[in-house]
Amino acid sequence: MLYALLVTGTLLCAGMAIRAKRLLSAALWLAGVSALVSISLYRLGAHEVAVIELSVGAGLVTVLFVFAISLAGEEAMEARAVLPKPVAWGLMIVSAILLGWMTLPLRASEGGPVEQASFATLLWQDRGLDVLVQIVLIFAGVLGVLGLLAEARVPVEMRIVERPAVQPAPPAPARPVSPPAPQPAPREVHV
Amino acid sequence: MTPSPLQIVLVGVIGLLGIGLYGLLVIRNLIKIVVALQILVKAAVLALVAAGYASGHVNLSQSLAATVIVADTIVAVVGIALAVQVRRRFGTLDVKALSTLKG
Repeated sequence: MLYALLVTGTLLCAGMAIRAKRLLSAALWLAGVSALVSISLYRLGAHEVAVIELSVGAGLVTVLFVFAISLAGEEAMEARAVLPKPVAWGLMIVSAILLGWMTLPLRASEGGPVEQASFATLLWQDRGLDVLVQIVLIFAGVLGVLGLLAEARVPVEMRIVERPAVQPAPPAPARPVSPPAPQPAPREVHV
Repeated sequence: MTPSPLQIVLVGVIGLLGIGLYGLLVIRNLIKIVVALQILVKAAVLALVAAGYASGHVNLSQSLAATVIVADTIVAVVGIALAVQVRRRFGTLDVKALSTLKG
């Protein structure tokens, strides 16, 4: 029953994240998806990954989204989609049927857990290459954050011309040209 | 017949994959495309852990899922950075407006 509630809530949040008109709402619904997925992971016995997912997925990524939306601003999109919606629905239903046909007959193994190695041993010793890849990826992420914060120099031909909000004042009527004012005589300095 | 927890989670995985795929096919906003990618990757993480739960290798699936989460976060960061720079340069987040190909 708890699993059904978690899965229903996860799917609801995911659907609302896709359907939300405002970007900020979509980011918050995505945080809800992360939180519910992390509870499901915890219930499945993956405690460490559940904590990572909750802190990274629901915390860090949400903060990044909110920061990026505050930088880029909300933008109302046209209703027209990339693909026609019936085509997208058809592809989604076909892929879901195929996946369900392949995965739903799975049964959990009987006899309890068969592994003895801990998560730390597996991660640091057996999957050492993965850790190296993660380090490289984190450097790529740092570069991505630098790109997020960088003020790029935009080429002249691609700049967006901003129209002035206030129209320029009409030219003032011509005044009669007056002779230049006489310069004041330099003051004498007595020492 | 009562469905097992594994089957319920697999239904959730299929649903999340379907919703993410639908989002990728329909959405035109760059930041929301990253949101759809995030939903897809969450489905993949949940599927990895469910497979580990089914086979009795939860810790192995956790080590793989941790790598996937790190990669997913980096993809989100780079995608968001790209979206912000595109918005600054072109003034829009619409992927249709970015296409310069004609014909």
